[in-house]
Amino acid sequence: MQVPAPFEYERATSVDQAIGLLERLGSSARLVAGGHSLLPMMKLRLANFEYLIDINDLHGELGYIRVAADEVRIGAMTRHRELLESDALAQVFPIFRDAERVIADPVVRNRGTLGGSLCQADPSEDLSAVCTTLDASCVIRGSRGERVVTMEEFHVGPYETAVGDGEILTEIRIPIKPGKSGSAYAKVERRAGDWAVVSAGAAVWLDEQGQISDARVGLAAVGPNTTGIPEISASLRGRAPDESLYELAGAIAARSCDPVTDTRGSADYKRHLADELTRRTLRGAVERASAVERARS
Amino acid sequence: MTTVSEKKLTEFEDNDQKPVGFGRMLRKEDARLLRGRGRFVDDVQLPGMLHLAILRSPFAHAKIVSIDTSAAEASPGVKAVVTGETLKGLGLAWMPTLSNDVQAVLATDKVRFQGQEVAFVVAEDRYQARDALELIDVEYEVLDPVIDVRKALEPDAPLIRDDLDGKTNNHVFDWETGDAEETDRVFAEADVIVKEDIVYPRVHPAPMETCGSVADFDPVEGRLRLWSTTQAPHAHRTLYAIVAGLPEHKIQVIAPDIGGGFGNKVPIYPGYVHSIVGSIVTGKPVKWMEDRSENLISTGFARDYIMRAEIAATREGKILAIRTNVLADHGAFNGTAAPVKYPAGFFGVFTGSYDLMAAHCKMTAVYTNKAPGGVAYACSFRITEAVYLVERIVDCLADELEMDPAELRLKNFIQPDQFPYTTKTGWVYDSGNYEPTMRLAMDMAGYEELRKEQALKRAKGELMGIGIAFFTEAVGAGPRKNMDILGLGMNDGCELRVHPTGKAVVRLSVKTQGQGHETTFAQIIAEELGIPPDDIDVIHGDTDNTPFGLGTYGSRSTPVSGAAAALVARKVRDKAQLIASAMLEVSVADLDWVKGAFQVKGDPGRSVTIQEIAFKAHGAGDLPEGMEGALEAQICYNPSNLTYPHGAYICVVDIDPGTAEVKVRRFIAVDDCGTRINPMIIEGQVHGGLTDGVGMALMEMIAFDEDGNCLGASLMDYLIPTSLEVPDWETGFTVTPSPHHPIGAKGVGESATVGSPPAIVNAVVDALKPFGVRHADMPLTPSRVWDAMRGQATPPI
Repeated sequence: MQVPAPFEYERATSVDQAIGLLERLGSSARLVAGGHSLLPMMKLRLANFEYLIDINDLHGELGYIRVAADEVRIGAMTRHRELLESDALAQVFPIFRDAERVIADPVVRNRGTLGGSLCQADPSEDLSAVCTTLDASCVIRGSRGERVVTMEEFHVGPYETAVGDGEILTEIRIPIKPGKSGSAYAKVERRAGDWAVVSAGAAVWLDEQGQISDARVGLAAVGPNTTGIPEISASLRGRAPDESLYELAGAIAARSCDPVTDTRGSADYKRHLADELTRRTLRGAVERASAVERARS
Repeated sequence: MTTVSEKKLTEFEDNDQKPVGFGRMLRKEDARLLRGRGRFVDDVQLPGMLHLAILRSPFAHAKIVSIDTSAAEASPGVKAVVTGETLKGLGLAWMPTLSNDVQAVLATDKVRFQGQEVAFVVAEDRYQARDALELIDVEYEVLDPVIDVRKALEPDAPLIRDDLDGKTNNHVFDWETGDAEETDRVFAEADVIVKEDIVYPRVHPAPMETCGSVADFDPVEGRLRLWSTTQAPHAHRTLYAIVAGLPEHKIQVIAPDIGGGFGNKVPIYPGYVHSIVGSIVTGKPVKWMEDRSENLISTGFARDYIMRAEIAATREGKILAIRTNVLADHGAFNGTAAPVKYPAGFFGVFTGSYDLMAAHCKMTAVYTNKAPGGVAYACSFRITEAVYLVERIVDCLADELEMDPAELRLKNFIQPDQFPYTTKTGWVYDSGNYEPTMRLAMDMAGYEELRKEQALKRAKGELMGIGIAFFTEAVGAGPRKNMDILGLGMNDGCELRVHPTGKAVVRLSVKTQGQGHETTFAQIIAEELGIPPDDIDVIHGDTDNTPFGLGTYGSRSTPVSGAAAALVARKVRDKAQLIASAMLEVSVADLDWVKGAFQVKGDPGRSVTIQEIAFKAHGAGDLPEGMEGALEAQICYNPSNLTYPHGAYICVVDIDPGTAEVKVRRFIAVDDCGTRINPMIIEGQVHGGLTDGVGMALMEMIAFDEDGNCLGASLMDYLIPTSLEVPDWETGFTVTPSPHHPIGAKGVGESATVGSPPAIVNAVVDALKPFGVRHADMPLTPSRVWDAMRGQATPPI
């Protein structure tokens, strides 16, 4: 049995109380939500914190999925299982359900949270890629109030985020843009439940003429953080979706990413997957957007 | 004697009633295991018990300059800190391996692989012991490691084993089998020769329960009780007696419930010895349970064979000869567990199931700065490597000849009338009837239809592959004339006692790690004596309460110990017959045995049951002249030969042409293990082994970086398959009994692990045929399959 180094444990009773604890304990403290990344690292003694502040009791306060006309707000303590099962979320952003189906296993999904996933900031993390794809922003709260940052600002490096000492990620906000939208996620993994070799998310918005009004692609495991690719968005906007466009996007994805060779695969292979999965998810996203169109007409 | 053909009656159908003998029945041990009432080593709690943790080397090769334990000794709860220097003083710093090499119990001079044991701490709890490890200050002088096995024998390679007198290189042994000259001659005259470099990478058995022990040394009695995760409690006890100088009768080794072994729990690991030393030093019971990472980086690995395979044939597809040259990586210490005269295990059966004119193998084994081991992971003493070699190269030949791989195999099988068949490397196959097994697998698969489907898919650019493997295993070590481990013969004892009321207890020398011995052995006794399996207690795993034997591995329990169980039951039955003749007042020759009772010939109304006989044997009144009371017997069985099960496996895969992901769509496994004792248990073992095969073929590998850091040190890095990676297994069977085994049974525990990797790899390579691929090495991860599709397949090491 792997055993962690000694640590103190506190259960937070409210977001404000948790922020108070974090301010008092400084960088020697760490929040624990689902714990499925943090606890294994502590058991392997790769992470050693003097204090753990358990925020699972904040699920009531921070566990929610609110779908409004122009925005989706998801509380940071929302569990993977809740994201997987939410029909309202799947209706506006089917990419979430796609991704949740291939995240870890039911045990992890029952405990793991959206906020925990994003704050872990693993370059292979699926929900970070989803949020990048959807142009999400992150609400970070401290004793001096809230600030809102983009996904690009949120991830400052592998395993590093914009959340400072004494701050908590409380909410993710995803804009619902006008027009018909579709989104999709695809992941290649060596085995069910493994981290991605590469994964890709895509979202498209079609205008009345069926032209692409906006498109976004987010990749995981091909760089220090999940990567959004503005060049793809720029190249696709205003054009009619077809195979040649997906190919173009795939080619941009392959040359824009920065994978490394490791036991999951060679850099060349990952670059190839960035291409392949970009094409697949864009194709899937457009199909879904078109299906919405058909359903409406 | 019960004949084998009669047994078929109970063989095939599910039935609600428990068989009195062979047939499907739920496992007796499962009620305990499924309800969490099993008792594993980590469940052992003794009064005052302390906990042990091991400090391991972070480097693959380094000199130990100094070790400062003072801070650790002062740490809360710490009772002892022991280093190699301490053990040196006791003469315990080194211990023998199972291959007549030595291995460091704790490193003294230098460390030779990452994860090697450097010191241990004994403390009041597990946390304190682990925390104190951080306080031990070791100064290392890092040395260049030998990681690339191909460079181990280069003149300027760093010397790993400078502890061995006069050792100047990293050579372990050379080994040869077959006839080189004759093989060369056949090759010279052959129409077709196919050559391929084939690597079987390093894999790890990763049993669900890691290794551990609880040692309890009583200084007053001088007695040691040791609970440990061992597949071979008796062999371990004898070795402890030799290593530690404790008298053998004062050592009790107890293997309680074991959570999987697969060969991982055959060797004696330093940790077991540490717990013994820890108990002697502190005077308290000491528990050591390794964690998952320790298990993966330091305990017995498997394979690591780099093989050059060559096959010679006529243009019509008659296979003439096979030759191979092998470079074997044995790690830092030669810890291979194999019979002494077989340094390469039973790799000599690489001639497979085919009737050849000649065969030859030359092997060189070397030391590297990696964990020791070599025989583990259900490999039947290296038959996994042998079967992979022959079944892969036969497929390469089929490709060269543009012949169907099934047809090529059918054309070259050893024929039924050739058994017993002596191979060109000297193995005597006891029995086999290969074609019906192959045909059954092909029928179950719908082989012709699959080929048609494949042709249609290929035309559309879809990648579908069909892979075949046909294996013959050699299991049940072994005859004492040529098989021993460190001088201990590979026989098995068995003791059977029938109680007065007709219930029985049977004591085995082998030990289950999950194979179901408590059911299988009760069924063997039940078949022979007519006592229901539920009335038979099976005792195993405790050296104080069981007869001597070498343990469970290499699929040897049923071939060796199972034979002992049948024969000891027959001894009891013979005595029962004498008592029955007295009870019924007829001559012995006038009695018929009907399962569970003796009846008078021609007068079935007059009979006595085995239960009545048992009571009489223990009861009042006279027994036949010269007969002692009680109804019991013991035996030590020496097998006259190994048993040779065989099987035909067919795998169907689909490969995503865009991502190169392999999906195993179907897997058909037809096994012939002779007489089948409990078909449900056989199927369970086959399912497990096939899953192993998917793991090895597609994802498992213990890799190292160039500094010797193990890259498979957790289950996040060393992948083992889940239910999502495997199809619904389709199993079938044929029955070709072993002629020399008393009930005609052969071992089966490892067949599927041995036979499935080549079937899967052959299927993947078959799917990649449109890309001109003839061979690609395991593990066939998406990235490596993609390399192969682009003509850039590389060996994994």
